[in-house]
Amino acid sequence: MARTREALLLLLDVSPSMHSVLPDVEKLCSRLIQKKLIYGKNHEVGVILFGTEETENELTKEVGGYEHVKVLQDIKVVDGHLVQSLKHLPQGTCAGDFLDAIVVGVDMLIKKYGETYKGKKHLCLITDALCPLKDPDVGTKEDQVSTIARQMVAFGLRMKNIVVRASLSGEPHMRVIIENDNLLNIFSKKSSAKTLFVDSTTSLRGARKTRDISPVTIFRGDLELSEKMKIKVWVYKKTGEEKFPTLKKYSDKAPSTDKFATHEVKVDYEYKSVEDPSKVVPPEQRIKGYRYGPQVVPISSAEWEAVKFKPEKSVKLLGFTDASNILRHYYMKDVNLFIAEPGNSRATVAVSALARAMKEMNKVAIVRCVWRQGQQSVVVGVLTPNVSEKINIPDSFYFNVLPFAEDVREFQFPSFSKFPVSWQPNEQQQEAADNLVKMLDLAPSGKGEILQPELTPNPALERFYHHLELKSEHQDAAPPPLDDSLKKITEPDPTLLAESQSAIDAFCGQFVIKENPKLKKSTRRFLREKPSGSDEPNGDGSVSDAQAVNSMESKPVVTVDKIGDLTPIQDFEAMMSRRDCPDWVDKAIEDMKNKIFGLLENSNEGINYPKAVELLVALRKGCILEQVYLSVSFFLLWFAFAFWDNSCLNDMSSIVTFSYAS
Amino acid sequence: MELDPDDVFRDDDEESDNEFYQEHEATKEYVVYLVDASPKMFSTTCPAEDQTDETHFHIAVSCIAQSLKTQIINRLYDEVAICFFNTRKKKNLQDLNGVFVFNVAEREQLDRPTARFIKEFDHIEESFEKEIGSQYGIVSGSRENSLYNALWVAQGLLRKGSSKTADKRILLFTNEDDPFGSIKGAAKNDMTRTTMQRAKDAQDLGISIELLPLSPPDEEFKVSHFYADMIGLEGDDLALFMPSAGQKLEDMKDQLRKRMFSKRIVKRISFIIANGLSIELNTYALIRPTVPGAITWLDSVTNHPLKPGFLCIFSENIKFSVQELSEIKRVSTGHLRLHGFKPLSYLKDYHNLRPSTFVFPSDKEVVGSTCIFIALHRSMLRLNRFAVAFYGNPSNPRLVALVAQDEIVRAGGQVEPPGMHMIYLPYSDDIRPLHSDTDAVPRASDDEVKKAAALMKRIDLKDFSVCQFANPSLQRHYAVLQALALEEDDMPEIKDETVPDEEGMASKLFTCATCRPGVVKAVEEFKLSVYGDNYDEEGDVKVSEASRKRKAATENAAKECANYDWADLADKGKLKEMTVQELKLYLMAHNLSTTGRKETLISRILTHMGK
Repeated sequence: MARTREALLLLLDVSPSMHSVLPDVEKLCSRLIQKKLIYGKNHEVGVILFGTEETENELTKEVGGYEHVKVLQDIKVVDGHLVQSLKHLPQGTCAGDFLDAIVVGVDMLIKKYGETYKGKKHLCLITDALCPLKDPDVGTKEDQVSTIARQMVAFGLRMKNIVVRASLSGEPHMRVIIENDNLLNIFSKKSSAKTLFVDSTTSLRGARKTRDISPVTIFRGDLELSEKMKIKVWVYKKTGEEKFPTLKKYSDKAPSTDKFATHEVKVDYEYKSVEDPSKVVPPEQRIKGYRYGPQVVPISSAEWEAVKFKPEKSVKLLGFTDASNILRHYYMKDVNLFIAEPGNSRATVAVSALARAMKEMNKVAIVRCVWRQGQQSVVVGVLTPNVSEKINIPDSFYFNVLPFAEDVREFQFPSFSKFPVSWQPNEQQQEAADNLVKMLDLAPSGKGEILQPELTPNPALERFYHHLELKSEHQDAAPPPLDDSLKKITEPDPTLLAESQSAIDAFCGQFVIKENPKLKKSTRRFLREKPSGSDEPNGDGSVSDAQAVNSMESKPVVTVDKIGDLTPIQDFEAMMSRRDCPDWVDKAIEDMKNKIFGLLENSNEGINYPKAVELLVALRKGCILEQVYLSVSFFLLWFAFAFWDNSCLNDMSSIVTFSYAS
Repeated sequence: MELDPDDVFRDDDEESDNEFYQEHEATKEYVVYLVDASPKMFSTTCPAEDQTDETHFHIAVSCIAQSLKTQIINRLYDEVAICFFNTRKKKNLQDLNGVFVFNVAEREQLDRPTARFIKEFDHIEESFEKEIGSQYGIVSGSRENSLYNALWVAQGLLRKGSSKTADKRILLFTNEDDPFGSIKGAAKNDMTRTTMQRAKDAQDLGISIELLPLSPPDEEFKVSHFYADMIGLEGDDLALFMPSAGQKLEDMKDQLRKRMFSKRIVKRISFIIANGLSIELNTYALIRPTVPGAITWLDSVTNHPLKPGFLCIFSENIKFSVQELSEIKRVSTGHLRLHGFKPLSYLKDYHNLRPSTFVFPSDKEVVGSTCIFIALHRSMLRLNRFAVAFYGNPSNPRLVALVAQDEIVRAGGQVEPPGMHMIYLPYSDDIRPLHSDTDAVPRASDDEVKKAAALMKRIDLKDFSVCQFANPSLQRHYAVLQALALEEDDMPEIKDETVPDEEGMASKLFTCATCRPGVVKAVEEFKLSVYGDNYDEEGDVKVSEASRKRKAATENAAKECANYDWADLADKGKLKEMTVQELKLYLMAHNLSTTGRKETLISRILTHMGK
């Protein structure tokens, strides 16, 4: 199919000024090819280097000129060799003229595909655009660029330019830079070329999407403001998580001598009765059950079909509200983009008017969406305006899913102001924190934003593909460590840290942290020295927690079978709560009675009375729990008379009340 | 029955010196509904919504039934018991007079509600007189005290479980504000005192007693007669009690079916700030999509559960073992590493992938964490910045934005807790590019923007909050499940609150009827402004090439199709002799599918003709 066909021509600058970033260029390109091997096996790729010592291209043979442009690889279907050849790019010795390279590339694409090719044709230029361009024989450079841009539009070529300016250490070529940037801008204006400036190798790695996903609408239809007012819109996905490629299950069960074994595992499920595991239930006899309380209610699919929720496909406006009513953390899922139906100028104007008014008044729209007919659920979401700066990009909305009442868990947390004073930062501490937040700035004015999501590659995926590459050479290769460009994503940038060292030191000096001394050793894990970096497995985790729990559980339990003299109350309680035999309760009460009698009888001038009352209170408490009352009340009456005029009369009154009540 | 010895005999003085460490919450609830079944409950009535009078007993019972139906979905593990007092018959463990514990087979007295329990309780009123019977339990001259007995039975039921893990409650429904009113003299004092003592004992064991008084419209339930002392009401609370109790009753009836989750720490992580300074954070899931419960596969013949088994069928690749994959993903230790801070405007609306996670500091292991966290929190709020950090979650390592959220308290309740929300940022590969045309696209003029702004002022949802809507799909699911489980005859209709009415207004959000004409006018004006006055919906839509072709083909087919006498051909069995092309003419003319083999086409034609 034409849609799945795609041709890509890489134009890589290998001139001396690029040498420092070449390793990252190599990695970016091989990642690109690897992804194509997985997701687009029919895609075709060619590679042109410029700034090389030698010259090797068709144009130079035909018309001369175009020096230092070398075709490393003609356009052909991707294969593993290409990945290899991209791994060690030759280092060029001459200045690279990117315009020459573009001309050679455009020429190659046109010669190979002409106008009839239905697939997409891309050029990807990676350069630092620091070398001055040669003056053309006729006309100005600007004219030449315009001519090429027209050619590119005519043949449907798209171009992406990545300009790497990692270290501009006082280059004297300011004039050259301005001129080159200007020329690249003409490309963007006159053709569908995009130019991206990146200032670090990390950003370079994320600058080119390593996989082109052709946009597919998830909804085409009306955005209904009311019954009568509708706007035709298309909805696309704006973000979607790029996952690891799906891996097939592999079995080593088949004997290695069996040449025909593919080692692929096909998984089928079969359902067996829980009561009789030997009985297999055929799929048509299965029925879905949902839990209702402790039971499971069987509901057949036919029943469901008859009663389930079936909303009509539609996107309806519910109203507008202040943007401050929708907090950022309510956004639930990946993001969609609402644009007016392409080519429909009235819809475009309507969307534009709404978006601009929303932005002006700081409002957002609440909409209810059912994307497809037959979809079983609705989503309520928020439209936020995306007002475009460029004249060739229409205004649009971003759509984020909002939670329903069921999705919000109302947990309560203590207010910070209710914490003890020792937990509140004092003035100096607050100042140090303010300073840190100001100094550790990832978006310093005048410089580019660091770690912009649009330019940050996924380190785990990068590592996966790197490992895949190693494995294709050696089956047993170990996972490689992250390279420096990727480390800047997982760990703070040392240069930035160095710049704000004073603020960090001041901050660290202001605050004291220490291990909680009350905790057992086994549960401590936070301040323990941890290996950092990517290669060491993280030593903490739930293991130590589990140990802590175990040590709690394994606390020896001493079983009590009689009430002693030292801790009679505790003994009594332990006996009362022994669950291994019901007789313990009776025995405990009997023992306790005897203990109290003993105390009273041996009491000299009531010296044991308080103790006896204590035991009595415990006995009463236990009896309430166990609902034993007859014997107690009888016992208590006797007891009450025994020392009626005692000093602990106050304590007694409640006991007597109790005895009477029982 | 289980009893936690530590808890039962726990001394109050043992309370930890820092209550913030001990922030445990009961994970489940044990509730005993104590319903007064005295004749007075049956004789007094209240006007109901539909103008008929309903007895207090009916109100109490239907309220409990409603509450149970919600609870079985919301809080699956809560346990309940229903207990009537002032009854003729008795049924309880202690064999006390005048108390009847309602229960069904295969269920302990205090247990999770089952479908059968709810179903039978729904019909309790029909059989009440015969099975249980109503009778005053407290009469002068007798020493019986049914209220006392009821409390005792309830307390006995609640012996189960420890009050550390379970919240124990007695809910008392009555319309008698002076239960011992019929008794005089010393006997009354005695009874009052013993009952109070009984209630106090229960409260000492961690059982809370709540009163839900019912009163006829013209008479007031005087809490001060007896119950104020029992439930410990004093001063101002006393005056406020009656209105709040009425509200509580309403709330019980009208609850959203919503599965409750107990507050649980998802993970403890350490937040590495710099220079080896790291603090301790707990993460919580505050917002997560709720899905209908898990499916259990059953055998449709026996309704017995099934369990899945694996059947593996065996049929030069690069191999990855599971260990290797998890090793690859472990690009960093499982902590949060601070990179730095950015102004909030750098966090775009499309920088989102998954529901956010809430983080709150903890001083449990690292003393000083909370202090540092509060300081950073305040600075970030004041300077309008968010923190960028790398969260090395082993399963999905990501860059995250930490957005500080100040506490929002509205009407005495915490709407937003203070803390930070961790928002998962996309990587470059996760963001789809915007495709652009080379041509300039039209923009709205200032006037059009002004009209849109006017529209926005009209359709303004002033107090919109995200939890206003219930998920109609989920509510429908629960309702259907309930209807099937309780074998109710009619399927309940669940109103979809998210559908706007004809005028395009969400009825739930727009209560003010007078502003509607204004809204309609504003919409009209906006429409006129952007679409012009000769707006024709179809006219603006370009009919695509393919659909035009299809339309032409259908018209053509209809014409051609008329040349054949299809009924005759079918009768004579001559359809078989025709070509597929000819057969397709008929199908296209009648808007039927043209796919399949010749036999399929013929049978489709015959079916359509009704033969």
